[in-house]
Amino acid sequence: MNAADIAASAARGCPGNLEPSALRAPLPGGAEEDAVDPSPFVRPAEEGALRLDLSVQGAKCGGCISKIEGGLTALPGVQNARLNLSTGKLAVVWREGALEPIAITRKLADLGYRAKPYDPEALSEHEDKEGRLLLRSMAVAGFATANVMLLSVAVWAGHEGEMGQATRSLMHWISAAIALPAALFAGRPFFRSAWNALKAGGANMDVPISLAVILALSLSVYETFHHGRHAYFDAAVMLLFFLLIGRYLDHRLRARARAAAQDLLALQATTAQRLRSDGSVEAVAARDIAPGDRILLAPGDRAPVDGEIVEGESSVDISLVTGESAPEDRRIGDRLYAGVLNISSRLVMRAVATTDDSLLAELTRLIEAGEQNKSKYVRLADRAAALYVPVVHTLALATFLGWFFLADGGVRISVMNAIAVLIITCPCAMGLAAPAVQVVATGRLFREGVLVKSGDALERLAEVDAFVFDKTGTLTLGRIRLANEADISTDDIERAAQLARVSRHPLARAVVEAAGAGPLAEGVRETPGCGIEGEIDGVTARFGRADWVGVESAGQSAASEAWFRLGDAAPVRFAFEDFMRPDTPQAVAALRTRGVETEMLSGDREAPARRIANDADIDVWRAQLTPADKIARLEALAEKGVKTAMVGDGLNDAPALAAAHASLSPGTAADASQAAADFVFQGQNLSAVVAAYDVAKKARARVVENFAFSALYNVFAIPIAVFGFVTPLIAALAMSGSSVIVILNALRLSGAPKKVEERGRTP
Amino acid sequence: MTALMFLIPIALLLGAAGLVAFFWSVKSGQYEDLDGAAQRILLDDDEEQKDQKKQ
Repeated sequence: MNAADIAASAARGCPGNLEPSALRAPLPGGAEEDAVDPSPFVRPAEEGALRLDLSVQGAKCGGCISKIEGGLTALPGVQNARLNLSTGKLAVVWREGALEPIAITRKLADLGYRAKPYDPEALSEHEDKEGRLLLRSMAVAGFATANVMLLSVAVWAGHEGEMGQATRSLMHWISAAIALPAALFAGRPFFRSAWNALKAGGANMDVPISLAVILALSLSVYETFHHGRHAYFDAAVMLLFFLLIGRYLDHRLRARARAAAQDLLALQATTAQRLRSDGSVEAVAARDIAPGDRILLAPGDRAPVDGEIVEGESSVDISLVTGESAPEDRRIGDRLYAGVLNISSRLVMRAVATTDDSLLAELTRLIEAGEQNKSKYVRLADRAAALYVPVVHTLALATFLGWFFLADGGVRISVMNAIAVLIITCPCAMGLAAPAVQVVATGRLFREGVLVKSGDALERLAEVDAFVFDKTGTLTLGRIRLANEADISTDDIERAAQLARVSRHPLARAVVEAAGAGPLAEGVRETPGCGIEGEIDGVTARFGRADWVGVESAGQSAASEAWFRLGDAAPVRFAFEDFMRPDTPQAVAALRTRGVETEMLSGDREAPARRIANDADIDVWRAQLTPADKIARLEALAEKGVKTAMVGDGLNDAPALAAAHASLSPGTAADASQAAADFVFQGQNLSAVVAAYDVAKKARARVVENFAFSALYNVFAIPIAVFGFVTPLIAALAMSGSSVIVILNALRLSGAPKKVEERGRTP
Repeated sequence: MTALMFLIPIALLLGAAGLVAFFWSVKSGQYEDLDGAAQRILLDDDEEQKDQKKQ
């Protein structure tokens, strides 16, 4: 047995019962975790080559590109390795048979990067057709706007001077030749959406837009035929151009959010080691595991499906499933849930369910249910549009009727003025108001280390009245560390580390972390559940439980401890603690000064929960909650009308993250939790949560200001249009002027000039 | 006014050239990895050449 567990069960013949550490075992992200065998995800490339797509974590800078690509191309047979720095995707192509796929992940692990295979087929639907259509439409509309404007400016200048009627008509004809095909091409996204809305018996914002474009074009063609003075070709394409900018920004935000979620789901394409009947091991994709399969779990592996242990016994970390942070012991016949991490010794389990029936899938379903609730959220922009559409239609119709019957203007003048109303009420500013602000806010948060994963997340976060925190890994770092380092001599730490270096147990790792790299003691043996024994300079040394090294003390229950004794010398106490994030109390206090409630929901036992709640100065807290309890608490709050933001990291928090009004999760969180959360923040600091809240508040203020400005603009512009004073020149000025103001207002949000990137240095 | 006869076509052609160039750049994936492109220019050339040779 190469690894053992000082906190394992007393059933193994070690007297007494030490409370195990209140900590979870190393999470994914620990470099110690063994490299994943990606062979099930290898796909054939052309000409006898194989291809593997990996998602690399921690590759953030230029140095990573050369390190990874250089390191991999140095492997025999590798033909090409290309890292996409923006997405963290790595594609490796090699000659068939030249190397084992696991050599690639091993090499990456040696270089210090954790890589997981992902299933590109799971992402294949994500071929972004809509985005490409919008981008092309935008380019065409931009081209048309610039060129038609070129001609229009000449016409407007000519009104004052002596441009002849023939020249003006020529200009109009050329404009028509550019604007008509361009508008038909670039207007498709609007026409299609308006048509769908009309077919469904409703009207959306695209209906007045399409109407304005089509009417303006038809009228302009009519005018051109009759050698009229005014044509609205430029207004029509300009309207499309500005709106397409807004649409494209909005679409990109949503697409990025969707891609982030899908990437995380594709990453769940984990592999497992299946034992064949002849005893050999093969790597399979988790989704191919059938009930009855025997799965080998080495220390550091997660159970891919629910199963039952058939061989071996070991300590397992079930924190991702229940939130209970202490390692538990499992032996033959015990049940293992999917997601459980094996920490001490080799196990063989028999699968009793497929991935679809496993507990993990159950959690996924809870997450999906929560997300469906969220999709009912109506965004500010859509609420504004719902008001806007009927008003504009009524106004345009009233203008037409007024000019036709009251002012006796005749059909031509009446139609012209009605179109002017449709054009000048300019949904441009409206269509840009929200997306521009969101893009700027998202960019700012990204620079501060917060990834915004969903388009309306900022709006939802701004409405929140209470923040609910998970404990381990959220308020705390979720990583055990030596607490009384100052009380122990460096020699003792180093000697203890000589024993601890062989162990995977969290306490032993914490000692190694304090001591750094160094030698091993002689003849080191681990006694599971008790401790580690070895010889240092010919003297027997023991590191482990109090009674095992011969000490009376039972220690406190909240902080866990281990003792070290060299020969007959006085034993030394090592205390361990899960440290709070350095700025947790400040972040909680900062939220309170902003008038937001704080609360802590923990799956952990009561004692450690109370300690952390006290230290973080959170008054309202609950312990020993199951994932369903957490959701119930959130729902209870929601019923009282309190909108909650959930901050959590464990898999057990994922359903609560999805159920909350808004949610944040640290970058160290379980994949599913990151997928469920609206925001993912990097780094050690909880103050990122406060930063996100502040930016969300500000973004909301900017959006409201932009809408207020658009409304004000319309108050002035509409009378001008209704009474027939709008010329194409005025329409162009009003449209571009209001759009520019809205964008400038959004840019105010970007705040301080770009800071030098502090995140994302090479690991 | 005869100047218009060639000035307008020239203006339109220049614009169209820009449009075609943009379409090409989108299609050929020039915007796929903006961060990477910014960093790759700083990498040492000889390493890049090593990569090229392997291909």
